[in-house]
Amino acid sequence: MPIHEVSLIRPENLKTHEKLVMDGVDVSGHWSTFIESRVVTDYNEALEEEISALPGGEHIHRCWQCGSCTNSCTVNAVNPDFNPRYWIYLIRLGMESELLRDKDIIWQCVSCNKCTYACPRDVFPEGVMKATAHWLELQGHTPKSSSTLFDEEFSEQVFATGKIEEGRVIRGFFARTGQPLRQEWLIEMARRLARKMPILMGMRMAFSAVFRPRTRNWARTGAAIGEYVAQQEAKHKASLSSGSPPGQGSNGRGPERGQR
Amino acid sequence: MSETKSRYQRVAYYPGCALEGTGHAYNRSTKAVGKALGLELDEVKNWNCCGAMEVKNVDPKVQTYLSSRVLSIAAHEMKADVVMAPCNGCYHNLKKAEHDLAHDGASREVVAAIAGKAGDKPYEAGTVETIHALDWIKHGIGEAGLKARVKNSLAGLKVANYYGCMYTRPRHIFPEKDKGPGTESTSKPHFMDDLLAAAGAVNVDFPLKTACCGGAHTLSDSDVSTRLVLNILRAAEAAGADVIATECPTCHSGLEMHQVRAEKVLGQKTRVKMLYFTQLLGVALGLSPRAVGVHENVSDGLEALRARNIA
Repeated sequence: MPIHEVSLIRPENLKTHEKLVMDGVDVSGHWSTFIESRVVTDYNEALEEEISALPGGEHIHRCWQCGSCTNSCTVNAVNPDFNPRYWIYLIRLGMESELLRDKDIIWQCVSCNKCTYACPRDVFPEGVMKATAHWLELQGHTPKSSSTLFDEEFSEQVFATGKIEEGRVIRGFFARTGQPLRQEWLIEMARRLARKMPILMGMRMAFSAVFRPRTRNWARTGAAIGEYVAQQEAKHKASLSSGSPPGQGSNGRGPERGQR
Repeated sequence: MSETKSRYQRVAYYPGCALEGTGHAYNRSTKAVGKALGLELDEVKNWNCCGAMEVKNVDPKVQTYLSSRVLSIAAHEMKADVVMAPCNGCYHNLKKAEHDLAHDGASREVVAAIAGKAGDKPYEAGTVETIHALDWIKHGIGEAGLKARVKNSLAGLKVANYYGCMYTRPRHIFPEKDKGPGTESTSKPHFMDDLLAAAGAVNVDFPLKTACCGGAHTLSDSDVSTRLVLNILRAAEAAGADVIATECPTCHSGLEMHQVRAEKVLGQKTRVKMLYFTQLLGVALGLSPRAVGVHENVSDGLEALRARNIA
């Protein structure tokens, strides 16, 4: 299957000799350009299976590479390297080292579901992106993304009290990611709000910051959810074929396999 | 009175977490508009978070449980037929829970297991209808009914209607949409346009109605969100809009927040203002801007209304 929007030729594999004479013919400069060949020997045959075992990845096998997902993608319009169709292609072939070249941007899917809307095969590419980002973190290829840290802060509050309080989520998220809360644009927003904010609204915000909003009699529900989430986490870890702890190479079958 | 219309006169109301925080103006204006139109709201008892955009990334079936718990309370404790959620995220999640519980046995099993341990009754698909605030007014009152009640026409006000992602995507969780005349379209939604036109506003031709504001990563990937929001704001201005009408607290605060951020971080200033569609309808129905919480917005909507002699 040709991949129109991605070049499989890597810039570093394009070789040009400034000064080169071959058989008495001067082929200096671009006359001598050639593409260094590379051989892919490190297929991870379990890749598709591992990703489809995670929530959202279940339907990746349906993909027939039409490219509707990439074509409709919100993030692709901002960053052309963000390419769901290409990643699905790599995952299905088992080209793990190729996939890992983009490991630091896959988490950036904004869940707008344009791909899911456009997909003629019901692959649910949005889910595949989430499953892939999840897999990268479980395998230790990437640290937890800021998106994951936000999801965790948010979900922990919901599991604890049944509701969230936005101020607390923002403070918790900034603490987890080590960012200062005093950012120029946040201060400007607060300033604009304060200019018009009546006393009652200020009191309401202060009240919910001190007395966390919560669902009554939530303890049993929170415990039941916590138990289920822990079970699922254990199951996801076990679904990785190696079962190796994070940080031990790509899938535990050895150190870095093959060349990029 | 049609069957749908009479069902929507009194509905269970699920405000959700955002409407008690950053989206408070949306909560206030939704209630005020309901009161002015004679539509009644019963808040869902002891509700919980629907899971928003976050819990599904920890586990999608927990999100289904959280949303189904809200539906279960409406069905069993309140004996309601209809739940109305003004927040796109809540609306989307309740719809998705409804769909998953109707079509996916694994989701039913997990929801039944968690509900069993939590001691509540699991929700059964098909018991309650989930609607958005737009459906509520569109079908509960209708354009003609709204027009008859307008006291302060929005005449001359140019509005770009912004629906966002969660109101129409993915299509399969909204089986009632795309069913021809009178129903909502997932590719070109128009319910907000219809209602605001009935209130006298001029709807501009706005190409980014269902574009994404980057709401899911508004803080975790702010640079991308700022660029996405800036596209939306610029497109609205290019279309000649005075205000962008919103129908989701996450979109609304995202647009406001990243308008400020674009100005501070990128030096890109835009002047278009954001107002919830319920704030615009409230003003058209003769309520004061304060009664619909215009002063609670970051963006100065009052300025846009005054410029057109509406407030």
